[in-house]
Amino acid sequence: MTTTTARSFDVGASDEVPERGRLVVTIDAGARTVTVGVFRFRGRLYAYENVCAHQGGPACQGRIVSRVRERLDAQQRSLGTVFDEDTMHIVCPWHGFEYDVTTGRHPGRPDYALRAVTVDEEDGRVRVSV
Amino acid sequence: MTIDDGVRRLPTQEITTHTDSREILANAARDTARYGLEEYFIVDVDSHHVELDSWPEILQYLDSPVLRDTANQMMKNWPNAARLALHNHSPGLTMQDVSGRIPHQAALGEETPGAPGGAGRDVTLVRRAMDAMSIDLQVVFPQPMLETGLHPQPQVATALLQAYNRWFTAEVLPREPRIKTMLGLPFEDPDACLATVEEFADHPGVIGFLVTSQRHAGVHRNAYMPLYRMLEERGLPIGFHAGPNQADSMTSTMNRFLSAHAMSFVTCNMTHMTNWVINGIPERFPGLKTIWIESGLAWVPFMMQRLDHEYYMRQSDAPLLTKPPSQYMREMFYTSQPMEWTDDALLESTLRAIDAPSTLMYSSDWPHWDFDVPGKIASIPFLDDHAKRNILGETARKVFGL
Repeated sequence: MTTTTARSFDVGASDEVPERGRLVVTIDAGARTVTVGVFRFRGRLYAYENVCAHQGGPACQGRIVSRVRERLDAQQRSLGTVFDEDTMHIVCPWHGFEYDVTTGRHPGRPDYALRAVTVDEEDGRVRVSV
Repeated sequence: MTIDDGVRRLPTQEITTHTDSREILANAARDTARYGLEEYFIVDVDSHHVELDSWPEILQYLDSPVLRDTANQMMKNWPNAARLALHNHSPGLTMQDVSGRIPHQAALGEETPGAPGGAGRDVTLVRRAMDAMSIDLQVVFPQPMLETGLHPQPQVATALLQAYNRWFTAEVLPREPRIKTMLGLPFEDPDACLATVEEFADHPGVIGFLVTSQRHAGVHRNAYMPLYRMLEERGLPIGFHAGPNQADSMTSTMNRFLSAHAMSFVTCNMTHMTNWVINGIPERFPGLKTIWIESGLAWVPFMMQRLDHEYYMRQSDAPLLTKPPSQYMREMFYTSQPMEWTDDALLESTLRAIDAPSTLMYSSDWPHWDFDVPGKIASIPFLDDHAKRNILGETARKVFGL
């Protein structure tokens, strides 16, 4: 039985991932070569493999946008749609699948999810483990 | 400190309308490797180019000097008609790209060195998509012209289709033998349909003819029988390509593009399929190959059950039929996209109902927002390799004589 140990890679400086921004890198790690999107929301970093759960599109290279919600009044009448600024979605550019960056999950079908990748931040550097 | 060896920052951090198709579709290579798609013969029976990019060029193929002058004056004088003269497309209502979330639907604005515009650029873009998705042959259709059946001036629609067909056969097809097409029929004018088949049927790369489905013509009208006879005799398939319509009696109640798109791409073909079967067109022209394009598949078993149920009680309403409607439907052909994939059990039932290994043909619909890569067929867990090969290309090879 072969065991593999995750290896940590320095992928860039912290300021290369601004708030509500991203850094997409390919890490050549032999059989584990992977393209990863690193995102920052409210100061914290999140990282996912750049493969959509739908048809495998480059989900990490799509639009970054807040979740759209519909407001209702007390009588359940629609007041129209608004951006929820307390959220950050990444959108796969192939077909529009949206993922909450804090969970990697589709808001309506949470079992459709991006594969999370371990990311850390230390001394102004971003490190991804694959 | 610097990044570690082996780490590469992607040059394209965000995919936009200016990103190269090959980069947009780069992840399709994962499927090619995983499923060995290079070993399959893959025919994409429904894809699109953007004819409006070449619209001024196409309009010069208009037969009528008067209409051509109208088009040229319109392009010259009306700022918003430069690439839209005489067309009924409504650019202010193009919501397919989900507000920029799916950029390739809005535009493929990438560089094409050596082919800055016109047919040469179209061919370059089609080649890039084919190669990225391991597709061998691609049937290419226009985009906004799929709305031509709703043109308020049918004689203009007929002239535009004729001009487009002449441009496409003269400028696009000769440049790339991997590109095929089913040319649009000016369906409002049955005589012009016959003339279209006569003019283009023998052109290399023309492998059938197309009815754009958003229209209000009954496909069973007697005036169309010579057309069906002509296509049957020539062994050329007829396709019905669905399209959107948010302005018909039911979809006009809908406030969201999702709703109107989900319904209208299906109801147009449901309508034509119903008229086609109940009026016994397959009995009249048993050799005419019929293809239903871009309505997905979930509607087919619904219609099979619905029509069979009523036919058993009202046989006298469909006197030409010698078997249940579903059996005729099982003898027609369907393109796969957009294949409803959200429930494996329902999809399996659907594919069984339509006898998918014999009737289903892969289609991408690239570059539209709901396109399907070939891996979508290759990854279906309950199909064997023979069925997948048929769906991905072998059935198309037979239907079109490729």
